[in-house]
Amino acid sequence: MTAAVAQAQAAGEPLLKIRGLDKHFGPVQALYHVDLDIPPRQVTALCGDNGAGKTVLTKCIAGIYPIDHGEIFWEGRPVHIHNARDSARLGIETVYQDLALADNLDIVQNMFLGRERLRSGLLDEDSMERSAAETLSSLRVTTVKSIRQPVASLSGGQRQSVAVAKAVMWNSKLVLMDEPTAALGVVQTRMVLDLIGRLRDKGLAVMVISHNLNDVFEVADNIAVLYLGRMAVQDKATNFDRQSVVEYMTTGGLGRSSGRPAKEG
Amino acid sequence: MADPLKRAEITDNVAADLTAAAPEAAVAELPPEVVAQSLGEYVRGYVARIRAGESGVLPVVMAMVAIVVVFEVISPNNVYLSPGNLVNLFQQSAVIMVLAMAEAFALVLGEIDLSIGFVGACGAAITVQLIQPATTNWPWPLAVLAGLLFCVVFGAIQGTLITRLHLPSFIVTLAGYLVANGLFLKILLFGPFSGYPNLTGQSDNLHFIYNLMWGTIDPIVSWIGAAVVVAALGGFIWFSDSRRRKSGLVAPPASLSLIKIGLIAVVAIVVVGICNLNRGVLIVQEGVPWVIPIVIAVLAAWTVLLGRTKYGRYLYAIGGNPEAARRAGINLSVVRTAAFMLCSFTAGIALLLYASYLNGMSNNVQAGYYVLYAVAAAVIGGTSLMGGRGKPLHGVLGGLVIGAIYNGMYLLALSFEWQYIVTGLVLLAAIIIDAVSRRGSASGSVTRI
Repeated sequence: MTAAVAQAQAAGEPLLKIRGLDKHFGPVQALYHVDLDIPPRQVTALCGDNGAGKTVLTKCIAGIYPIDHGEIFWEGRPVHIHNARDSARLGIETVYQDLALADNLDIVQNMFLGRERLRSGLLDEDSMERSAAETLSSLRVTTVKSIRQPVASLSGGQRQSVAVAKAVMWNSKLVLMDEPTAALGVVQTRMVLDLIGRLRDKGLAVMVISHNLNDVFEVADNIAVLYLGRMAVQDKATNFDRQSVVEYMTTGGLGRSSGRPAKEG
Repeated sequence: MADPLKRAEITDNVAADLTAAAPEAAVAELPPEVVAQSLGEYVRGYVARIRAGESGVLPVVMAMVAIVVVFEVISPNNVYLSPGNLVNLFQQSAVIMVLAMAEAFALVLGEIDLSIGFVGACGAAITVQLIQPATTNWPWPLAVLAGLLFCVVFGAIQGTLITRLHLPSFIVTLAGYLVANGLFLKILLFGPFSGYPNLTGQSDNLHFIYNLMWGTIDPIVSWIGAAVVVAALGGFIWFSDSRRRKSGLVAPPASLSLIKIGLIAVVAIVVVGICNLNRGVLIVQEGVPWVIPIVIAVLAAWTVLLGRTKYGRYLYAIGGNPEAARRAGINLSVVRTAAFMLCSFTAGIALLLYASYLNGMSNNVQAGYYVLYAVAAAVIGGTSLMGGRGKPLHGVLGGLVIGAIYNGMYLLALSFEWQYIVTGLVLLAAIIIDAVSRRGSASGSVTRI
């Protein structure tokens, strides 16, 4: 752990730094003293088995859940994230697994939902449509027929692209993506992985939650593994291989193939 | 990794090939006006959508034609299409149209409001009672405000119960229906009118409310007014469409804009023309009834509210995916409660028109099944019962269909038994249309979370 932190500091100040984060729900301790560094302009994969606390950690960063203990530093400064608006103000946007798109609204309407632009009290559709089109083309999302088609008529990958485009429209610096490829076919997965690469090329930091190791090794610069609510390891992706990640995910460490750590919660 | 751009191109091509495999389905899913570059493309897109079950206003128009033909043939002395009856049909439909526009606020959310008939009737009865010269003799603007205020408060109470306590709107508004029915009968008993407060008498206030339905606009003034409205609306459509075309935004082809404007002009000419024919028997009676501009004003206001304001956008978002709306920072309780208030408010307008039509209020008011007519009208017009889809215009189109049936039964002097049976069947037909059109389409209504 300390090695990972030292290495991250050597690479410059992380964009988001979490130290000693605790979170419990009633008697269930979901996260214990979690440390995490998310460097700028890189893709960090957050791995872990079901119930390891990946989604809880993401929701703590996004401001959906308040944290019990611990510190969060944003660009080196300590910050308090109490709700989703706080995280959005810092430049953190989240793409949830269910994407949170309204099927009956079109692409532009979804991308601006809750942040509509107005002109003399009425919706400024022209300006919103222009900005949405710019964002989509900068992400090279070109397969949609019309930006005014309802989201219900899009494929899974296109929907994911719209959700990502919605997240990057707001000068965001960090995009959290919860299982972006879980429900997608081969072609659509390819589309989304390329999209993640383009976000990094645009200078954004991305944290991807995934337990699909193919995807993780394809896009991630860094890998962090949660095991039963603890941060098992965090390091550069090149220092891992498939086998070691699986071992961290299933046992919480290397060479602990039998038995689990004493405290399981 | 080495060449992400190139790989992206390949991906796009593969994706394009996959969609190309089912071009018909892909075209049918999209509203033709957002993809068509020319009129021909629009027509092809429209036909594909009809085949896919996404038929828009076409069934309404076809139903309308069928109803008109049948009733014209079987009505006594073929009186159905006479100018006098057509104006009467507009007047009867107006109540259903406005009530259907009211119901749209609840339906877009995926909720229903069964109480609006009697809530609106209470409001109208309050207004009619307050302007009676023998008792309170309030000026009409105050009396109308008081009646509408009652409706808004009733809607706010129901909306609060539904949104804050998470109660089903069906049950809350069913309870509201009974409460409002009782209150309505109580309100009628006030004053020296033994339950039948009416609008006959010498008072400007009484005359004004009576004229909402029966007052007419001078034929020349109506032609000028219609020309102004068509020119303003046509100009708006033409200039905003051509501006969007020029700046490369999604816009219909110019020919389609012109067809739209032409259609509006034709409707205006037909309606004003019919109303300006002499429909009197002994004396000359002509001119557009006040109620037509009133309905158009409600339609215009609610179309702008739902289509071009944040509030309307949030209403559709909640109807489509409440969780997405919540995460977007929208205050669901406020938006939904306000929808029930707007619903009751609009119902107040509808029943005030009804009071004017009946020349007063009485316990004969069929407010209970007017609600069912309103739901049927909205659904026949294209609003979904499942939420997320619906426009005020749907209420107007569907209201005309229901009004045409209601008027035809009235001419045939069908007994109440038959009117109940027909009402039930029409409601059933509306729901079947909704369910079938939803099953046939991918982009129509939405599965609720």
